Amino acid sequence: MNDLTLLTLTETIEAINSKKFSEEELNLAYLNKISKLNPKINSFLEIQKNSRGIPAAIKDAILTKGIKTTAGSKILSNFLPPYSATVIEKLLQQGVSVIGKTNCDEFTMGSSGENSAFGPTKNPWNLNKVPGGSSSGSAAAVAADLCAFALGTDTGGSIRQPASLCGIVGLKPSYGRVSRYGTIAMASSFDQIGPMTKSVADARLVLEWISGGDKYDANCRKEKFTGKSGGLETGIKGLKIGIPKEYFGKGLDSGVEKVIKEAIKKLEELGAEIVEVSLPNSEYAIAAYYILVPSEISSNYARFDGIRFGGTRENFGQEVKRRIMLGTYSLSSGYYDDYYAKAAKVRTLIKQDFEKAFEKCDVIVGPVSPTVAWDFGAKTDDPLAMYLADVYTVPANIAGITGLSVPCGFAEGLPVGLQILGKQWDEETVLNAGEAYEQATEWRKEKPKI
Amino acid sequence: MKLTSEQVKKVSKLANLPLTPEEEEKYSEQLSKVLSYIEQLNKVDTSLGDEPTSDVEPTFNVTGESNVMSEDETGECLTQEDALLNAPKVKNNMFETKGVFEE
Repeated sequence: MNDLTLLTLTETIEAINSKKFSEEELNLAYLNKISKLNPKINSFLEIQKNSRGIPAAIKDAILTKGIKTTAGSKILSNFLPPYSATVIEKLLQQGVSVIGKTNCDEFTMGSSGENSAFGPTKNPWNLNKVPGGSSSGSAAAVAADLCAFALGTDTGGSIRQPASLCGIVGLKPSYGRVSRYGTIAMASSFDQIGPMTKSVADARLVLEWISGGDKYDANCRKEKFTGKSGGLETGIKGLKIGIPKEYFGKGLDSGVEKVIKEAIKKLEELGAEIVEVSLPNSEYAIAAYYILVPSEISSNYARFDGIRFGGTRENFGQEVKRRIMLGTYSLSSGYYDDYYAKAAKVRTLIKQDFEKAFEKCDVIVGPVSPTVAWDFGAKTDDPLAMYLADVYTVPANIAGITGLSVPCGFAEGLPVGLQILGKQWDEETVLNAGEAYEQATEWRKEKPKI
Repeated sequence: MKLTSEQVKKVSKLANLPLTPEEEEKYSEQLSKVLSYIEQLNKVDTSLGDEPTSDVEPTFNVTGESNVMSEDETGECLTQEDALLNAPKVKNNMFETKGVFEE
């Protein structure tokens, strides 16, 4: 029998339904691969030896009842959740099982995976490079075929950026599309759970499974996403694609730029109409984000008091401490108006930029990350340099819109992801554009050699 | 913007976040650098175009949802046993914490 782990989620389901192999054989194939490769890449913190279900890898910031959940933090090193996140309950109903919990930057704070208290995850394409973050283990597990699909969380790019750096598909749904109940919050007005998969069709299916209203998350939209997979039948002829000039300026690596421009040319060949758009306030996105997000963190992380669960506060890692400090400072008396209130107004302007741009186009396309995966340690002593790695992903979280990363080539032998941003609640168009591109290219067939 | 180590001490107290002297020194430097970067927000004109004296509304939530209500009814909840599962200290089936009002 061929290697079952190479199949996409949708192919796997088809094969199981037509009894080409059993769930037991499927789980065994993945578990064997995990035992061979996980010691090299450290993508799983916890492994479940199931014999049933479609094996999914779940970011360790998402609660799984009775399965240890640490969020990559020493403070939760022995935490056993008494309940599961809504997304987990929804997946279990679909016949999915949790094959393991994946490594991440501590409490999802980071862009390289290096902030995990349990050692960094390594990039399957080159073990000396970071996998991106914070959903580092989920991205690496999908890239190395250690699961049928994974879930990540995206507060400022934590699904799209590691997906880009590991050469897989990652979808950040619109804020409010998927219930956040049971995900360990970073910044509640930004956090969103989403699929990390081997194909765009898989991302569409997983979003269908996990979306929909939840009485435990008042911000969650009641309507379920129902993807019609229109991408292949109708193509993207006449689709208006906006190119923001601000996403092609200083700081964008020339190798990445070349790959992205070729991808845009491909979209044009497929019948899309390219229009120039402007997002003039996006240059202020990182500055606004590092006021708003740490402010929400300083409030959310007051819950870690070492009384009801978890260790004491000196056990937080360096980045978590930095963000609690930054947020406490910007909310403190005398600074609130200068920092938090100002940043919340800039948030309005960034949101309006997207609204104006989407009057001229259906989706916006550009790079996910300004560079390919970098060396371990390259940015760990310079927090600001690490923050700037998310310069193209953060604006979508500020505005609450959806964004997809889809593999579009290689620079310096490392994967590059194409970012496709869509209007709020319009995952459909984003997925259609992504799928049309994916099917017209061969990038999805490239696999890391480990 | 320079954050002195005195200010770092004060903020760490407000945040109930114990820091070592080395961390205080490091954060004074690193947070100053981040705050200097953030200062660029001052360059952004957030006033309304036609009314220069008033500003655009701040955004705190992007879904447009407000006052989402639910029925006031009882349902399942965590058992006491489950709720105490991860507590470092338990006494008489309750969380144990330091006294607040001690004689």
